[in-house]
Amino acid sequence: MTEQTVERRAIWYLLGFLAVVLAFVLSMALKGFTQQGFYVTLGAFLTLSILSFLYKDNIFYKMAEHLFVGVSAAYWMVMGFWSVMVPNLIGKIHPPAVKPFMPAIASQPASYWYLIPAVLGIMLLWRLMPKGAWIARWALAFIVGTTAGLNFIRYMASDLLGQINSSMVPLVVIQNGSLDIMTTISNLVLFLGVFCGLIYFFFSKEHKGVFGVGSKIGIWILMVTFGAGFGYTVMARISLLVGRFRFLFDDWLGLLK
Amino acid sequence: MRRQIPLLITLIVGAVLIIAAFIPRAPFGRLGENFSLYFDIIAVFAFLLGGGNLVRIHGARLVRGVGMAVTEAKKGGGAWPLRFVIEFPFLAFGGLKDRRGRDWFFSLITLLGFFAMLAAGLLKLGNPSGWQGNVTAPEGMFQDFYDSMFNPLQATMYALLAFFVASASYRAFRAKSAEATILLVTAFIILLGRTPAGAYVTAWMPESLSFLTVPNLANWVMAIPNLAGQRAIIIGIALGVIAMSLRVIIGIERTYLGSDEK
Repeated sequence: MTEQTVERRAIWYLLGFLAVVLAFVLSMALKGFTQQGFYVTLGAFLTLSILSFLYKDNIFYKMAEHLFVGVSAAYWMVMGFWSVMVPNLIGKIHPPAVKPFMPAIASQPASYWYLIPAVLGIMLLWRLMPKGAWIARWALAFIVGTTAGLNFIRYMASDLLGQINSSMVPLVVIQNGSLDIMTTISNLVLFLGVFCGLIYFFFSKEHKGVFGVGSKIGIWILMVTFGAGFGYTVMARISLLVGRFRFLFDDWLGLLK
Repeated sequence: MRRQIPLLITLIVGAVLIIAAFIPRAPFGRLGENFSLYFDIIAVFAFLLGGGNLVRIHGARLVRGVGMAVTEAKKGGGAWPLRFVIEFPFLAFGGLKDRRGRDWFFSLITLLGFFAMLAAGLLKLGNPSGWQGNVTAPEGMFQDFYDSMFNPLQATMYALLAFFVASASYRAFRAKSAEATILLVTAFIILLGRTPAGAYVTAWMPESLSFLTVPNLANWVMAIPNLAGQRAIIIGIALGVIAMSLRVIIGIERTYLGSDEK
């Protein structure tokens, strides 16, 4: 780029920047320069910035994206601090320390066992240090061990045994002395669907012959599930989009009154 | 020591939690409960670690970028601060020649959002009930930031997917095979059945064939074949998770420990 081109681009950038600031101020003026007006304008600006990605990747989208990263990191930190750290850690190790924030738990007896997660937590933060990052492994090992132990039981009880148990349905349903055709068909589809779906996931035997037929039906059942999931996802996203447009046209511009 | 102790911790913690489920008596039952609470606390430290890492990376990028931008402004000679202010949008949005310093302004945005949200939440700024109030109380600055920044950004990010889903559905909905046709038909029934149009197009059907109306068909698809497929997937996932958990607890799976370099 020549010096002249750089200067020309710099001027265009400055004008664009000023135009955005002016639009923001104008929008706030329409809301009467109130605090609420500022927040609504900010929300609208960020909504439009994200939607601008539909044109192409641009600086407004990048700004909104980076802001989202910072804001969401801080949001989860704050939520974790006030909902776990203060009542379950500081409040357990030294209860009087939380009196200004949570007086209800300030009088409970101290439990020094909670020094264990405090020490492990500090060890985890050691990863930020230039040396000795391996110290964080102790805390990581605790997290991984807890996750493995809890998941082993949870998945065994609810997802494996629970789902198998729920799939054991009567394949011939008699209601008031006669065959209930609809429930019988539904139960057959349910039982065979689960069975054939599992056959499809069984890779230790070649999918040929009767086994292959079961596997094929399994694929069809899985396709129905994916189709239903797809349909629901489309509806959920469209409904979110409608919500954003409602915000823009109603809360911000006030056109839907 | 660097690998053995973490493996031992994983084994003890995992085994205690499994035993606690089968022998819910002292000391296992209590240990199981305590370990779950400890897990929550350490998970919050993991959030702090994430925040710290974010500040470290973006802080370094910001310092490097601002340094380069100032150097660039000084090249023009004369009153460089004035030049910096005038050329600010250009220097901030990709005007720097060196790629390493280009995105410094976006890092600044990340850090500003991070510290603003953090200060509003940790100090409970503007909270009507002061220090003792709930951090998410309405009218508090933290909740205002949530409503004006976090919520619009998150909702619009997900809403943006509606457009990409539309483009993906064009490709997916070309019935090239039996499987693709089943997917297409199911999605169509679900989409139509959950809208007033679904009831409208099959309203002419007689009472005896009411089970064939689109809303009823959609309900049946959701309750029976969809459920069957979901159960097959859930059972498959559960088997995988159980096997993986066992591998982790008995120390066969060690990838989470990383390498021995540091």
